Amino acid sequence: MDQVASVLIQLLNGVQYGLLLFLVASGLTLIFGIMGVINLAHGSFYMIGAYLAWSLSSMTGNLLYAILIGIPLSVALGLFLERFLIRYFYHRDHLYQVLVTYGLILIFEELRSLLWGDDVQGVAVPAILNHSIPLSDTLSYPVYRLMMSAVCLAIALGMYLLIQRTRLGMMIRAGAHNREMTEAMGINIRLLFALVFALGVALAAFAGLIAAPVSSVYPNMGSQVLIICFVVVVIGGIGSVKGALFGALLIGLTDTFGQVYLPQVAGMMVYLLMAAVLIFRPEGLFRKT
Amino acid sequence: MSDPTPKTPSRRRFVASAAGAAAAASGVLHAPFIQAQPAKLRVGLMLPATGAFAPLGAAITNGFRMAVAEKGGSLAGRELEYFNLDDESNPAKAPENANRLVQRDKVDVLIGTVHSGVALGMAKVARDSGTLLLIPNAGADDITGPMCSPNIFRTSFSNWQPVHPVGRVMAERGHKTAVWISWSYAAGQESSRSFKEGFEKAGGKVVAELGLPFPNVEFQPLLAQIANLRPDAVACFFAGPGAAKFISDYAAAGLKDRIPLYGSGFLTDGVLQAVKQQAQGLMTTLHYADGLPIARDKEFRTRYATTFKMQPDVYAVQGYDTGLVLAQAMEKVKGNFGDSKALAAAMQGITVDSPRGRWTMSKAHNPIQDIYLRRVEGESNQYVSVAWKALEDPARGCRMG
Repeated sequence: MDQVASVLIQLLNGVQYGLLLFLVASGLTLIFGIMGVINLAHGSFYMIGAYLAWSLSSMTGNLLYAILIGIPLSVALGLFLERFLIRYFYHRDHLYQVLVTYGLILIFEELRSLLWGDDVQGVAVPAILNHSIPLSDTLSYPVYRLMMSAVCLAIALGMYLLIQRTRLGMMIRAGAHNREMTEAMGINIRLLFALVFALGVALAAFAGLIAAPVSSVYPNMGSQVLIICFVVVVIGGIGSVKGALFGALLIGLTDTFGQVYLPQVAGMMVYLLMAAVLIFRPEGLFRKT
Repeated sequence: MSDPTPKTPSRRRFVASAAGAAAAASGVLHAPFIQAQPAKLRVGLMLPATGAFAPLGAAITNGFRMAVAEKGGSLAGRELEYFNLDDESNPAKAPENANRLVQRDKVDVLIGTVHSGVALGMAKVARDSGTLLLIPNAGADDITGPMCSPNIFRTSFSNWQPVHPVGRVMAERGHKTAVWISWSYAAGQESSRSFKEGFEKAGGKVVAELGLPFPNVEFQPLLAQIANLRPDAVACFFAGPGAAKFISDYAAAGLKDRIPLYGSGFLTDGVLQAVKQQAQGLMTTLHYADGLPIARDKEFRTRYATTFKMQPDVYAVQGYDTGLVLAQAMEKVKGNFGDSKALAAAMQGITVDSPRGRWTMSKAHNPIQDIYLRRVEGESNQYVSVAWKALEDPARGCRMG
């Protein structure tokens, strides 16, 4: 395999990883940027999505059904949590929010252990996507991963249209820009917040649902994703969905090429990048949209 | 977890031992004038009860208690008093936790743990206090290397051991070049060195050693590199959820049929229900296997399965062997454990009739044991052959008086 092909393959790997990060990070940045809530439990929603993929697909026999059932379930979970818990913390200090959402992590982990057990589980790739495209004579690329990237891109586009072209999007942008003023203009901020939180939860859970076949399903799987997604949000600019997309792609590429060309410091690359961004653009690459 | 029965007995026992510990702590049992019976052997179990390693901690506890139960619940006439402590797999808390068991609970024997970082902290406390320490899992080479001590014993393995025969197995199967891949943390690096040593001694050449930070599981870039390097075979060290993902990514990249994958047995232990299809036929080496031709093992497995309503694994065996070692030493000193120095002395060079096969305690206090070659068949790691008879850890840097 010549050098160019190998760089192209790594480029593909980086973009694909970045797009998946975007799905989780976009929900995180929305919730933080618009509602001002630091949501540590965001990784748990990713985990819940993955476990839903596992349990629902073993019940229905098909990952697609699992996704179709899993999305409304996660929206319902988001609305429920917002109504009965998060709502009481909007005007509290960030420390309280951190504590309550950290508590949620513990509760979700315990529920997961009771409901689904502590074993590693696998989710089968749907038969229709269970193929590989040969990239070279030794390496092939699973169709499912390409499909995942396509779905992530479609969602990124959908979110762009939602935020830039719809009335709801206008309210979201206004809310992100100045919460008090938006409220004063007569916009039902309660409803808006509930919708944004549910959307955020659904995005994370959806990422878990579609990532389950490639990542496998296991306890505490959300915590790792959470940390890297905070990095994405900080790099991209808090509250900016566009920033989350570019931040996620940047992280995906940095991590991939770091592993290949600088394996000794691969673990630090992402954080070095974050430090550099914070020095030169303390507000992140993109300000609030 | 649909069947609640296996949980009930252990929970009841936990409550009982917690009550016992509370009573002991309040001093009721220690009033000297009511101490008519011989003193109990105070056993501190410092194992993970929460987090990712919790199932391993439970398996070790089960195994240990089963060994004690087989001796009638007491060792050489002495009853056991348990002090349970969740180590949370947190190395930062290890010295404090171990000190609590040693100083406050005054345990005669400290047993633990799964996580190597925590075990190193415990070993430090054991060295300073002279308390007898039995390690039922943690594989850090240093524990029976530079940190070895007359009162520290390991009943499991050193990281050097399980992976060492992989190189010879690969060479025998005609592979001349190999790529090594693992997480770049202590266990990964120790395994890497051991594999390289074994493979090169057998005439092979390691063309590249790939690593990624623990617990990162984004393997795709490294798989592309493997495809690029075209070695005859790949050897690896991964464990737990990351191992499941590595197996499935390796297969999905189309590498499994072109470049055979080998590894330390932890690769395929406890993850086969998740990656059954992708793992079929993988060859690994470990000090335990399914379907061992050992009568003792068959008997052990049946009894474990009926007692705990689940299948034993390598961790249960290690816990069981910890119990056997302690029982044998107690019999040697006829129950007079004194300041536990006599007990430690009784463990020197001890031979254990374990389900994994007979093994002997080395001079550095690590098992000299057979390592088995296993092949994944269905959801089990089926025994193929003995990959290395009586393998002894080189115990580099160990100087014991």
